Amino acid sequence: MNDRFNLYRFASPATFYPLAGKMIPWFVAAGILFGLAGLYVGMLVAPTDFQQGEGYRIIFIHVPTSWMSMFIYLVMAFWAAIGLAFNTRLSGMMAQALAPTGALMAFLSLWTGALWGKPMWGTWWVWDARLTSELILLFLYIGYMALVAAIDDARRADKAGGILLLVGVVNIPIIYFSVKWWNTLHQGSSVNLTKSAMAEVMLWGMLLMALAFWMYSIAVALARVRTILLERERHTEWVRKELAGGEQ
Amino acid sequence: MIYWNSFSDFLAMGGYGLYVWGSFGVTALAMLIEPIVVARNRKATVARLKRQLRAESRSTEA
Amino acid sequence: MLDIVFSVIARDLKLAMRRQADIVSALFFFVIVVSLFPLGIGPEVDLLRQLAPGVLWVAALLATMLSLPRLFADDHRDGTLEQLALSPHPLGLVVTGKVIAHWLVSGLPLALIAPVLGIQFDLAGDALLVLTGAILLGTPALSGIGAIGAALTLGLRGGGVLLSLLVLPLYIPVLIFGAGAVDATVSGLGGEGHLSLLAAMTIAAIGFAPWASAAALKIALE
Repeated sequence: MNDRFNLYRFASPATFYPLAGKMIPWFVAAGILFGLAGLYVGMLVAPTDFQQGEGYRIIFIHVPTSWMSMFIYLVMAFWAAIGLAFNTRLSGMMAQALAPTGALMAFLSLWTGALWGKPMWGTWWVWDARLTSELILLFLYIGYMALVAAIDDARRADKAGGILLLVGVVNIPIIYFSVKWWNTLHQGSSVNLTKSAMAEVMLWGMLLMALAFWMYSIAVALARVRTILLERERHTEWVRKELAGGEQ
Repeated sequence: MIYWNSFSDFLAMGGYGLYVWGSFGVTALAMLIEPIVVARNRKATVARLKRQLRAESRSTEA
Repeated sequence: MLDIVFSVIARDLKLAMRRQADIVSALFFFVIVVSLFPLGIGPEVDLLRQLAPGVLWVAALLATMLSLPRLFADDHRDGTLEQLALSPHPLGLVVTGKVIAHWLVSGLPLALIAPVLGIQFDLAGDALLVLTGAILLGTPALSGIGAIGAALTLGLRGGGVLLSLLVLPLYIPVLIFGAGAVDATVSGLGGEGHLSLLAAMTIAAIGFAPWASAAALKIALE
C-alpha cells in the first residue's frame, strides 16, 4: 500500500519537479564517469581488431547510440501506454522530453554507421537492413515530434502523440523484418557484415559507453521535462512559488 | 596496459583517423550542444513565465 | 452490427460521387507521376521494366496520400463526425466503413489503371496480373493505416504535409511486399508468398487501424 502511495506521489508534478532537479547532477556525474571509463577501455586499452584494424573503434559509439535510439523509442511507447491507460499528466511530458534525444541518437547511429561503412565497405551508405531500419526509426521520431509540435493543446498533443507511438511500436518489428527480408533479396554478396568474435575488453568498453549514453539520455530528458513541467503547470501554485523563489 | 606506442599513433588510428575522430567528434559536439540548447530553452521559458507572472500580479493589484 | 458499416460506405460513396473530380484528379496524379519517371530516367526498356514495380507502387502511395486529409475533415467541419461519435454504434465500425469507402474511391481505381501503366513500362502479361493483384490487395492497408494519420492530424494546420510525414514510414512494409511481388514474378520466383503477406497486412490493418483511428478521433473531438 505504501509503495502505491509513493508512486502516486512521484507522479505528481509538484513532487517530481524538485526530485528531477536533484537527480540530474547524479546522472551527469555517472554519465561522465562511465564515459571516461568507456573511452579509456575502448580507446586506450583495447587492442586492434584483426579484421577491421583501428576503424572498428567506431563501434564504441555506433552500437551504444543504436541501442539507445531503439531503447528510447520503447521507453516513449511505454510512457504513452501508461499515459493513455491511466491518464497521468507526467507520462506524456516524459515521452516528449525523450523524443529529441532519441532522434539525436538515431542520427548519431546513422552518422557513425556511414563513417564506419566508408572504410569497411567502401561506401558511405549501404541499404543494409539495420541501417535502413535505423533511418526509418529516425523518420518515426521526426513524425512524432512534428505531430506534437503541431498540436497547440497540450493534453491533445500528449494523447495523439501517444497513439502514434503505440502504432509505431507495433509497426517497428514489421518494418524491421520486411526491410531485412527485402535486403536479403536485393543484397549482393559483396558486403559482408559478419563481425569477428569480440575480445572481452572490447565488450567491456562497449558496455561502459552504453551506460554513459544511457545516463546522458536520462539527464537530458529530465532537464527537458522540468522545463515542460513549468510551462504546462504555469497556473498552479507550486510553479508560482518556484518562479518567485529566485529560480533562474 | 595502454595499447598505443605514441600519441601520433593514437591520432592516426591506423589510417582510420578521419573516420574514427569524425564519429567521436560529431558525437561529442552533439552531446555538448544538446544540453546547451536545453539549458537555453529552460532559461527563456523561465524568464517568459516570470514576466507573465509579474504582468498578472500587476493587473490584479490595479 | 454490420449495418452501420454498410450505411457509412453507402453514404461516403454517395458523397464521393458528388465530387467525382477529386477521384479523377488523384487518378491523373498517379498517371502523371508514373509517366514522369521514364522522362527522368530514359527510355531503355530493360531498365524501365526493372523499375516499374517500384515506380508504380511509390506513385500509388503518393496518390493515396492525396485523398487522406479529406477522409475525416469534411465530416468534422459540418459536425457529422461528432454525431457519429455520439451515436450508439462503436466509432471503430464507423471508421471501418469510411476506410472501405476510401479504398473504393482511391485504391480500386489505381488498381484498375495500373495494368495500362504497366504496359508503358513493358511488363509482361503475368507481371501485369500480379501488379494489379498486389495493388488490389495492398491498397486497403494503405487506406487503413492512412486513416490513423488522418485522424491524428484532424484540424491541424499544415495537416497534409504532417500526415505524409506520419504515414509514409508506416507504408514501407506494404511498398516492399507490393513491389516485391511483381519483382518475384518477373524473375520467375513466383509472387504468391508476397501476395499472401500483403493480404495478411491488409487484414491486420483493416482489423486494427480503425480502432486506433477511432481513439485518435475521440481525442481530436474532445
